[in-house]
Amino acid sequence: MPKKPIAKFSVPYLQILDEHGKVDAKLEPDLGQERAVEMYRWMRLARELDERMLKLQRQGRLGTFPPCTGQEAVSVPTAMLMRPGDWFVGAFRELGGRLVRGEPLTATLDYYNGWEEGNVLPDKDLRILPTSVVIGCQIEHAAGLAYASRYKGTDEVAVAFIGDGGTSEGGFHEGLNFAAVWQAPMVTICQNNQWAISIPRAEQTHSETLAQKGIAYGMPVLQIDGNDPLAVWVAVEEAIGRARTGGGPTFIEAVTYRLLMHTTADDPKKYRTPEDEKCAWDKEPLLRTRKWLTGKGWWDDAAEEALLAEVKARVEAAVKEFEAPKDRAQDEPFRHVYGTRHAVIDEQHRDFLANIAREAEHG
Amino acid sequence: MAKLNMVQAINLALRQEMDKDATVLVLGQDVAVDGGVFRLTEGLLERFGPLRVVDTPLAESGILGSSIGMALAGLKPVCEMQFSGFSYLMMGQFEAHATRMRARTQGQLGVPLVIRMPYGGGVRALEHHSESREVLYAHLPGAKVVIPSGPRNARALLIAAIRDPDPVVFMEPKHSYRAFREEVPDEEETMPIGKCQVVQEGSDLTLVSWGAMMRPALKAAAEVEQKRGASLEIIDVLTMAPLDSDTIAESVRKTGRCVIVQEAPRSYGASSEITAQINDKALMHLEAPVKRLTGYDVVTPYFGREKNYIPDAARVVHGIEETLDFQ
Ligand SMILES: Cc1ncc(C[n+]2csc(CCOP(=O)(O)OP(=O)(O)O)c2C)c(N)n1
Ligand SMILES: [Mg+2]
Repeated sequence: MPKKPIAKFSVPYLQILDEHGKVDAKLEPDLGQERAVEMYRWMRLARELDERMLKLQRQGRLGTFPPCTGQEAVSVPTAMLMRPGDWFVGAFRELGGRLVRGEPLTATLDYYNGWEEGNVLPDKDLRILPTSVVIGCQIEHAAGLAYASRYKGTDEVAVAFIGDGGTSEGGFHEGLNFAAVWQAPMVTICQNNQWAISIPRAEQTHSETLAQKGIAYGMPVLQIDGNDPLAVWVAVEEAIGRARTGGGPTFIEAVTYRLLMHTTADDPKKYRTPEDEKCAWDKEPLLRTRKWLTGKGWWDDAAEEALLAEVKARVEAAVKEFEAPKDRAQDEPFRHVYGTRHAVIDEQHRDFLANIAREAEHG
Repeated sequence: MAKLNMVQAINLALRQEMDKDATVLVLGQDVAVDGGVFRLTEGLLERFGPLRVVDTPLAESGILGSSIGMALAGLKPVCEMQFSGFSYLMMGQFEAHATRMRARTQGQLGVPLVIRMPYGGGVRALEHHSESREVLYAHLPGAKVVIPSGPRNARALLIAAIRDPDPVVFMEPKHSYRAFREEVPDEEETMPIGKCQVVQEGSDLTLVSWGAMMRPALKAAAEVEQKRGASLEIIDVLTMAPLDSDTIAESVRKTGRCVIVQEAPRSYGASSEITAQINDKALMHLEAPVKRLTGYDVVTPYFGREKNYIPDAARVVHGIEETLDFQ
């Protein structure tokens, strides 16, 4: 018997607002002026904070951190589409989305300056999971969060992020498979920024697209222009809507670019050329969003200037608050090893205090 | 003979062993084009090509699992975990296969491979980049765990690890990567795996440590010697598993006092095993309880609070003096 095809798959691609600011009117979502402008404002704030953090890091006022410049159009619209009960499960390059969701700027600064305080949110019901530095783990957590929402009969959705590199980890595959088997309300967004430190996308996987990895687990997939906030808006709105109404998980590959270094400890000159970066800068998301808004008559140079001043002031105020002297108890870690007290920890806690007291005395 | 830091010394070991043995290859995340995030494998791709210096996808279990296959096929993979904090994603492969293949086949199959990983604190890094968890590996039968403390022994031990017939976890104290230089001979030099090194002989107290803690230990020892004329014997463990307890016990039988300095959390740490071995082999010679100076049983704090959680020279001085003064 000759071979015959038994299944056929395809990966749709979506772009609405191109790099020149040209919009496909048939596909353009109706955000309305207020939300459209809000979206741009968040993206601008994230960019400003990122740039400021880079300066702080270079001045020795902040630890190592992974800049998010160029990827604002993925997590900002996504977070705007989420409801309060939904779960935001980040990787580590979703600064804009975290801010939208309610993470204070000072928390970000604390986190990257070596303080667990940065993971303590004003309200735990913000439902932002702490950064999973160990790549891939968070996708399985999201599957569990989504299962819990089905279990409890709520319509809450778990939205998880991962990088292109992260799609090679077992956790990514296990998490997607679980979510699909459970038909759990989960949306997974891969920020394909072309690089995993020095490893280019083409060497990370032999697959033609990352999106198709979701097909293997039996879920709807989509590849989108991740520098196009309107494509992100449309794709995520549909995926969240499907998840919320019992339609199961979705996998979205958002094609973007890591414009800066992997982290401040990295030197991209080792593995890519300035020309690579220049091409990518031409496609970055803020410029085209501004053009789109301007074309709609919702934005002008004066508004831009005012916004720049505003975000600068906001970041400046956050930096000031972050750098203000604080009482950071050195023995804090002893208080959070367990949820219950234990003699072993208490004993070591006393030793610790005695040790630092003695060293303070002897200098 | 050149003055090298640990990064250069490890790079030299890899280069020399790859020159000498065509079955040796290097694989891991960012090890080829980038030369490793700490530049340990810099220049190897240019010298040996992409078949022997392999940038892998981002998957620790894949790196070790495929290394096991390569080793079974007669290659000698030296794989890298970018940080020890991410190595646990390969723990399933390590415990279930790397450490067991020899016993499982009554010696017919072995898994000669090396897993290099930077470990330990003091580099102002994000979470999972500062832990010291050597006992997670040392506890597993069939695993060898080697922890160099300086450029010269790192170079010599890595060559020995590559030639060893068993899986060796080679834990590199990243705090010491560029902290100091040592003369490293150009010609090949190896050190035996499974042996401690007495780095200084003395008669009043045995000071035991390994990895990055050797530096505060040595500094403290010099301070105590100067301050009160005490004579300290200093032992660098170098191989955590299998532990050379004979060398340590022999020293303690001579000195009667012992202080162990460990960066890792206290409970179930290597210093506990060393203490137990001393009890087994030298109890009647002890003039003071063996003192463990260790990290604490807390989740390693982020770098804002890290400093006070890692034993430093001042703490070691105090511990040595208490042990010397014990009546
Ligand atoms: C399990 C694990 N292995 C290795 C690392 C070290 N590491 C941090 S980021 C990174 C690359 C991530 O690439 P990608 O998933 O594409 O995300 P991006 O950095 O591009 O946002 C690596 C290898 C890690 N954090 N976790
Ligand atoms: Mg990436």
